[in-house]
Amino acid sequence: MMSLARLMRRPWIWSFVAALAVWLATVAVTGLGGAGGLAQATLTFAAFSVLVGIGQMFVITLGPGNIDLSVPATMTLAGTLALKLMNGAEGMVIAGLGVALLVGLAVGLANYALIKALRIPPIIATLSMSFLIQSAAIWSNRGLRIKPPAALADFTTAATLGVPNLALVAGAVSVLAWVLLNRTVYGRRIAAIGQSLPAARMAGMPVDGTRLATYVLCAVLAAVCGFLLASFSGGAALNMGAEYLLMSIAVVIIGGTAVAGGDSNVPGIWGAALFMFLVVSMLNSYGFGAGVRLIMTGLIIIAVIVLASGRRPGTG
Amino acid sequence: MSRIPAEALRLLIPALSLVTLLAAVFWLQPRAMSYTGLNLLFNLAVPIALATVAQMLIMAVNDLDLSMGTFVSFVACVTATFLHDTPLIGVLILLAAIGVYAALGVIIHLRNLPAIVVTLGMSFVWGGLAVLILPAPGGAAPGWALAVMKSKPPLVPMAIIAALVIALVAHLIVMRSSFGVLIRGLGGNPRSVARAGWSVLMVRAGAYALAAAFAVAAGIALVGLTTAADANIALRYTLLSIAGVILGGGEFTGGRVSPAGAVIGALTLTLAGSFLSFLRLSPDWQIGAQGAILIIVLALRLVLRRIEQGSGGGRRA
Repeated sequence: MMSLARLMRRPWIWSFVAALAVWLATVAVTGLGGAGGLAQATLTFAAFSVLVGIGQMFVITLGPGNIDLSVPATMTLAGTLALKLMNGAEGMVIAGLGVALLVGLAVGLANYALIKALRIPPIIATLSMSFLIQSAAIWSNRGLRIKPPAALADFTTAATLGVPNLALVAGAVSVLAWVLLNRTVYGRRIAAIGQSLPAARMAGMPVDGTRLATYVLCAVLAAVCGFLLASFSGGAALNMGAEYLLMSIAVVIIGGTAVAGGDSNVPGIWGAALFMFLVVSMLNSYGFGAGVRLIMTGLIIIAVIVLASGRRPGTG
Repeated sequence: MSRIPAEALRLLIPALSLVTLLAAVFWLQPRAMSYTGLNLLFNLAVPIALATVAQMLIMAVNDLDLSMGTFVSFVACVTATFLHDTPLIGVLILLAAIGVYAALGVIIHLRNLPAIVVTLGMSFVWGGLAVLILPAPGGAAPGWALAVMKSKPPLVPMAIIAALVIALVAHLIVMRSSFGVLIRGLGGNPRSVARAGWSVLMVRAGAYALAAAFAVAAGIALVGLTTAADANIALRYTLLSIAGVILGGGEFTGGRVSPAGAVIGALTLTLAGSFLSFLRLSPDWQIGAQGAILIIVLALRLVLRRIEQGSGGGRRA
């Protein structure tokens, strides 16, 4: 049993406290009637942020400079190609998922190949890569809008036992990610590399293999997220991944993962993802216009980060 | 091999890629080799070059500004509304925005925050302000901005002169002034800057304010070209500016940046788009080509570095 005091020292608790506060502030205005629906919508949209956030978290854990900017482009390409292949046919769902996974695998491999072969910072490698992926997505999308197979669309919008299916998927992925990070050699290696790459190398760790696996993992999760998002929203759109670049980084940082790497945090991502969606819906239900909503979102993100940085002196 | 200054060597690849690309464009479309042709090829590069120099200043202190695109859009909206209708208020707003950037530098330094995340948050703020100022595309460019951007100086097109002036001014500030040395010193070794008796806080704040000033110029130049603004007008500048700095020989850490290179990088990226349309390639691949060019230039740089190390006699793994 964890005492309250110990609980409060967990880095991830703050994102949940913030999410709960925003939820209460919203329900206070809309009344309890809308609370259930709000919770459903929040869980669904948080699921997308969690999927990309977990991938981004693994990458950020690798240490300073490690960040994957190709997430939105990968989501778009995976969603587009998968929907094109399935072409609305129910029997092709597995094949569609397969294509999405392959896109993720290819992007991850290409990203790390660039980082390694050209010895360039991951930000630039994934940025250049995202230009290429985005072009491929535009080229294959070409204004067509294919509907996802009905069964798949139903699955992504339905709920099991009151919990949205997507949240269950994201939950399962989160548990796997937690086990991977905290209970496997691979997870320990990521943390070690994030804390000190030269030390990890001297200790004889397979640094390249670990980093390669991490970039592949991030791209695959982004691809799966794109696949689910395209099925959920009834088709792949070219800008569907756009907001997830900021989102994937924001949920990781607000969730209490150290930006400097070497220390990651799975539960925090959930708190941060719920928080991010709730902030937007709170500002919506208060009747603010788009402009004020954006400004408030930005200021709240910065405020949370400033507050969160205060409790961990010496890191950043 | 005779000694070439490292600074000049750094510029070699960016300059070569620009010349190669320009030659290819001329070969594909000889009519581009004229006063009007050159102006058309390069005039959209002017605001991008200014934004790239702004990004370079942030990168010189080892930070990264992910709000550059939304900030330039915000400035464009202010320019097309307040700066046109009530110049005094417009100037005050833009000065306040520069002040906000300086304050960001202070906050990032004092709380030891990651600049990526803070500027990410700010990108929402700038975007929201831009939407508030200009909910629908519109506004009008101030007469003087139009006059400057649409001017037709004799012999050399406006876009080329502007690029040269931007490169020269940025070079003088960053490479030749003592403040520029401090900024690069902060990127290279903050402790030595502090030990030399300078306030690291002030240097960082100054670098941010200077970057904001260049970004403000980018927004005004953009409106001078487009004659109207829109809240999303410059969103792609964030990635373009980062790519431009890297293309121009700048590096992510260590305060190693090149102002002239940054301007060349911005020109190269702009030209890449025209090159593709002259090739009659589908516009779908425009963004992709910018990515490909980035990758090719980085590969060339790696080769050059290898040669440089090889001729120096030292062999490093």
